[in-house]
Amino acid sequence: MAVQAGSADDTRAVAKKDKQDAGQMSQRQLMFRRFKQSKLAVFGLIVLFLMYLMAAFSSFLAPYDYDAIDSSSSYKAPTKVVWAGGPAVCGEVQTLDEVNLEWKYANDCTKTYPIQFFNRSYPYKLFGLIPTNIHLFGVPQQPADANAVPTEGQARPAKLYLLGGDKEGRDVFSRMLQGSRVSLTVGLVGVIFATVLGSILGTASGYFGGAIDNVMQRVIELIGSIPTIPLWAALAAALPGNISVVRRYFFITLILSLIAWTGLARQVRGKVLSYRTADYTSAARAAGGSHMRVILTHMVPNAMSHIIVVAALAVPATILAETTLSFLGFGMQAPAVSWGTLLQDAQSIAVVTRYPWLLLPGVAVVLALVCYQFLGDGLRDAADPYG
Amino acid sequence: MTVESTSNVNEDEILLEVKNLKKHFPIKGGLMRRVVGEVKAVDGVNFFIKKGETLGLVGESGCGKSTTGRAILRLHEPTDGEIIFHDPKLGKVHIEELNAKDLKRVRPNMQIIFQDPFSSLDPRMTVGRIVAEPLVINNVVKGRALRDRVAELLTVVGLRPEHATRYPHAFSGGQRQRIGIARALALNPELVICDEPVSALDVSVQAQVLNLLEDLQEQFNLTYLFVAHDLSVVEHISDRVAVMYVGYLVEMADTEDLYYNPQHPYTEALLAAIPKPDPRNRHRPVRLPGDVPSPANPPTGCYFHPRCPYAQDVCVTERPPLREVVPNHWSACHFSEELNLKGVPRLNEIPVTTAPSAADANRLQVEGTEPPHSGSSNGEVTVSLQ
Repeated sequence: MAVQAGSADDTRAVAKKDKQDAGQMSQRQLMFRRFKQSKLAVFGLIVLFLMYLMAAFSSFLAPYDYDAIDSSSSYKAPTKVVWAGGPAVCGEVQTLDEVNLEWKYANDCTKTYPIQFFNRSYPYKLFGLIPTNIHLFGVPQQPADANAVPTEGQARPAKLYLLGGDKEGRDVFSRMLQGSRVSLTVGLVGVIFATVLGSILGTASGYFGGAIDNVMQRVIELIGSIPTIPLWAALAAALPGNISVVRRYFFITLILSLIAWTGLARQVRGKVLSYRTADYTSAARAAGGSHMRVILTHMVPNAMSHIIVVAALAVPATILAETTLSFLGFGMQAPAVSWGTLLQDAQSIAVVTRYPWLLLPGVAVVLALVCYQFLGDGLRDAADPYG
Repeated sequence: MTVESTSNVNEDEILLEVKNLKKHFPIKGGLMRRVVGEVKAVDGVNFFIKKGETLGLVGESGCGKSTTGRAILRLHEPTDGEIIFHDPKLGKVHIEELNAKDLKRVRPNMQIIFQDPFSSLDPRMTVGRIVAEPLVINNVVKGRALRDRVAELLTVVGLRPEHATRYPHAFSGGQRQRIGIARALALNPELVICDEPVSALDVSVQAQVLNLLEDLQEQFNLTYLFVAHDLSVVEHISDRVAVMYVGYLVEMADTEDLYYNPQHPYTEALLAAIPKPDPRNRHRPVRLPGDVPSPANPPTGCYFHPRCPYAQDVCVTERPPLREVVPNHWSACHFSEELNLKGVPRLNEIPVTTAPSAADANRLQVEGTEPPHSGSSNGEVTVSLQ
């Protein structure tokens, strides 16, 4: 405790608060106190919170429609932001490299276009409800001749492509924001399915034991022995091709959780096995408590901290699974965007070496995964507040 | 092997009768998890408990004491035998035959105190919720009355009512055991099975908890089945004592009778092993050869015969029944009448040795005819008093 810092009064106040808390803190409060001590976990939690916030406000944050094709910005390099009485974007000159037959872009900072905050651009619905066209930032569209064929050395209307453009000239930054919606939530929703399934089956398996346990464990072993990627691929291939994006998303999460629940069920079973033989279970039985009561008041609350930890550590695995699946083309399909489908564009060496910004969605995947690992580790330490 | 062990005891005085109780745990092996054997943890136990008394149940680790206690409460389903409980409202009930509904009606009258003060309290619940749990399960009281009852119970066991909002992690082992006792008393039981309630506590706290149990017995007219392995604790608290060996009772008698005048060779050996904090009382304990046999593969005949110094041919083939050797003293030995077994010496039988005679005794031992290494295993150290 911060005893040295602060005046004597502060010290006394802290001591008094501690004294009040002594013994009256529930295990959850003790866990929270322990969790706060882990800086990496708190960092992970904050970064993840920001990422989910960005996903929720993706259309507001994205300066361009993620699906707006602009053939004149194909493989556009990330825009350079300069300072000209405020953040601004340089003008750009497009030239054709006649050897490789590809567009080259050069900045022309003699003319700058200021970045406008809260500008009006393409319309969207915030949270799918509130129609609006306000975006956090963007470069106002210049009156330009839309039909003009790009010619050599021509100054082009400035566009703010923070992380460059893809083959179709779509803004990678806007697409990554849009993709985070699928990628970040598919892990969460998939793990929630898996957690519910795994907790129920694991508790039943551990508590009742015997034949139920035996069958359950063999089923888990069977599922665990099937190579995951071919299984996912087969299941994803079985989905009809013409279903809507939302339904496809739903089925993909189901497919992912179909594997994820097994590990969770095993862990919950192990915990419940040890709680089942604890004397407080016998005491509840001796007082006449039913099995259901024992499960709901003793098994589940005790296993809960463990379930949360295992679930938190299962989320990154599920995110990675969705990314893998989409990268291989089995997961989300265009026009849906996820980090995996974005990385599909970076499948060839030639593209990656010339347009390395197409790998940036991979960086987002790594960041999310690392933060989830930090968070999971912190939770695991916190789950055992006495250890 | 049914034994009428309650021959000359008035039926009205009896609270619990256990007849030929068996609990066998299957040993599963192989790929198909077939039953390849059985651990006969409890293998034909007979005893009875009178109202208001304390029956001590002693034996070595793994002899089935705790399993017996738990089988009586049907926390383990008994394999065979009868458990007859004289319920104050329902009369004589066969616990082993009850269906779930009837069992729930009898359960409030039979409660249990556990050995481990740490695993017996759910770390997620406040002390108040732990003590209230039996009341909530049986829907006895609600709301304000429930809180008052919890406060009352905590006071009865020597805790403070405001402790109800705390969690078990804030309490010491002895206090946790008091919480466990409060929970066991919540439903005003007739019979409390004390499953080694003090063996996890240190000696000073043991005494406090034992005194508490005795006070509560007097206050609420409780009957205890006191399972323990510490013979001095059992002697202190029990009216009668039953001795178990590898799943069955070898002897049962009034405490004094059993301690001073044992009728079974195993009891004699157990009593001889009690350490005595009395330097005047130097003696060589009866050392038993061999180990406790495995309850999965017990010996033939009397289970004690491979270790018994008095064993004869009949002991190998025939298991002796528990019989009333002298009135109110049951023993399961073929030769109880013939053997003159040694119990705990009464204090007034121990000769008071004065300092010079003790020195004489020592000198005698040093100069004696004993070979130098023969007696070293009993750990006796001879010190010259010069």
